[in-house]
Amino acid sequence: MFDVQPRRLLACAAAAVSALALTACSAGSLGSSEEGGKTAISLLVDNAEATVKTAEQVVKDFSAKNPDITVKVETRPQGTEGDNIVKTRLSTGDMSDVFFYNSGSLFQALKPEQNLVALDDQSYAGQLDDNFKTTVSAGGKLFGAPFGTFMGGAVLYNRKVYERLGLQVPKTWAEFMANNAKIKADGKAAPVIQTYQETWTSQLFILGDFHNISAADPGWADKYTKNQAKYATTPAALEGFQHLQEVHDAGYLNKDFASAKYEDGQRMVALGEGVHYPMLTAAVANIAINNPDKVNDVGLFALPGDDAATNGLTVWAPGGAYIPTSTSGAKLDAAKKLLAFIASPDGCASQAKATPPTGPFAVKGCDLPADVPQSIKDMQPYIDKPGGSSLALEFLSPVKGPSLEQICVEVGSGIRKAPDGAALYDRDVEKQAQQLGLPGW
Amino acid sequence: MTTIEAQRAHRGEGTELPARRTRKRSPYPSWFYLPAALIYGVLFLVPTFASFYFSLTRWTIFDSHFIGFDNFVNFFREPALVSGLTHTLVYAVVTSGLKVVLGLLLAVLLTSQIVGRGYLRSVVFFPVLVSTIGVGLTFTVLMNPERGLINESLAVVGIQGPGWLTDPSYALLSVALVDVWKGVGLATLIFIAGIVSIPQEYFEAARVDGASPTASFFKIVLPLARPATVTVVILSLIGGLRSFDLIWAMTRGGPGFTSDVIASVIYKQYQAGFYGLSTAGNVILFLVVTAIILPLYWFLSRKEVEL
Repeated sequence: MFDVQPRRLLACAAAAVSALALTACSAGSLGSSEEGGKTAISLLVDNAEATVKTAEQVVKDFSAKNPDITVKVETRPQGTEGDNIVKTRLSTGDMSDVFFYNSGSLFQALKPEQNLVALDDQSYAGQLDDNFKTTVSAGGKLFGAPFGTFMGGAVLYNRKVYERLGLQVPKTWAEFMANNAKIKADGKAAPVIQTYQETWTSQLFILGDFHNISAADPGWADKYTKNQAKYATTPAALEGFQHLQEVHDAGYLNKDFASAKYEDGQRMVALGEGVHYPMLTAAVANIAINNPDKVNDVGLFALPGDDAATNGLTVWAPGGAYIPTSTSGAKLDAAKKLLAFIASPDGCASQAKATPPTGPFAVKGCDLPADVPQSIKDMQPYIDKPGGSSLALEFLSPVKGPSLEQICVEVGSGIRKAPDGAALYDRDVEKQAQQLGLPGW
Repeated sequence: MTTIEAQRAHRGEGTELPARRTRKRSPYPSWFYLPAALIYGVLFLVPTFASFYFSLTRWTIFDSHFIGFDNFVNFFREPALVSGLTHTLVYAVVTSGLKVVLGLLLAVLLTSQIVGRGYLRSVVFFPVLVSTIGVGLTFTVLMNPERGLINESLAVVGIQGPGWLTDPSYALLSVALVDVWKGVGLATLIFIAGIVSIPQEYFEAARVDGASPTASFFKIVLPLARPATVTVVILSLIGGLRSFDLIWAMTRGGPGFTSDVIASVIYKQYQAGFYGLSTAGNVILFLVVTAIILPLYWFLSRKEVEL
């Protein structure tokens, strides 16, 4: 056997420990941010072209004002894959110093009280839109600054085609389908665009229809959270699924709906290859980048429902900029400064400079520039009219199932019938509610 | 048979007394096993049993609470699961079957006297070396129904190709075919090794007796390459049952849920933050794979001994 002298063993151990301590030191200083008084922080954003462009512009303007802080923009995928990355990095304490993420139900799923830094003491807290504040608050505390603007979830349509065929903006589903019939008879463009290669784009017929549900029953979101209302058993809610099925069954979809991507959809509606694209107005920012001369050919109307009188727009609150609890020291101060800049009129101007706003800002004192695209102007009448718009369901209720996109693809491709799809989605949200530990599920 | 018995007798195995069968004292002291046991315990045993426990809870990184078999109940109510289970079996059987048949045929071809044999062997093996995700993305582009190379080539001959990955009835099989393309090289390699190890004397004797090439394939190659066949079947079946990367790269289980397999269902649960559910799914996958492979392996290797 080895015959090691105790003293030598001790010396060895001491050497090993000090070596360990040394490596810890050097690793720390390697990753450290303060060199020459400069603080470097990282900012995680999703990889949508418009987001990255806006983030880079904001960072540029921010660094011009704060030369001692450098911000490195990192990207992550969108959709459920991105959700997964954000959640995993948060739970393992490995998050970037600042990150942009959805507000509303997705924000609630991050366990903000454990994982994020509260921002109530910040000067801009009083300047934020109240609707927005509720979507980034948990347990009575504020956790996010608004990045981006409100968005509409509505039908983007090609105004050139409407002009050529002499069509009127529809206010009811029947009028909408009548327009589709005329466009199909004309034969030059697909009446409705769907892009199922990127599954999340399939959900607008259901999510964008929420204003029509809450117009029929104002307390629906609340009942939904309490497990008292269901998509399958509420006629107004089931309609979204039925609409999705109807446009497919009537043959109104673009021929390549199953393999088309989000970008294809934007191009089609901008160039008039397709006429109606139910989508978030975030798409307008991308159209402005890719087809700048066509962006004003695209108009917007709210998803039509049963009743022309109550028809209105479903609105998405801006995403938030958040600071994880893993950020500390000088980096935390720098991160707070960055958020304060984003939530200031200068920050709004910086964002508007990079990409056209997709709706009103959530910060008081931030005005829209005069040259916003036509489709964003089309949102204004809905927002100005009392009761003309409501927040989307995901901001009013934490209950959102992860499989809605796949279910929508199935209903919209004729694989599954609408009532069956709605029932399936009701079962899907049950898991989310149980994971969140909501009462009544 | 007699040769085997003779060999046994030579090694003294047949004459071994039962008393001598008791375990021999190991030449190593017990602590010698400790490092391996530690690694095995920490990295394999503990997580395995922890996952059995966590599959009975609803957990996040921070806390967990015990909910009994609810996760399993929920998982079996998952609409994608029942179809996912059949998809998994279809996928495993199709890929495994095709790999055996094509692999064997290719191996026979590549062990015969043909021009450029070494080159052709490496060409067949090449797809195995390419990253699965890369293969998946490439084939997604090639299989695009409107603009993909495959359907455009078919259109030249006047055939209207289907939506390989977008038509619910073809999606799973299209992915399976790509899997076969990618994996058949490994099967071929194993078969080549199996065929090459068959002594040439058998073929010479068969020729002298006037056996046709078909006869020598069925009477010599097929039975004597049996160990290779067993290996290919087991490997490709396990691979097929737990396949995930290619399916995820090509269809993400879509359109809808039509090409979802157990592994992708599990991944989606994890992605949605339902950690307990996905752990339960993994336990189910473990049981399913064990339930299929263990009897199969036992069956196949027993036959081998009898031969």
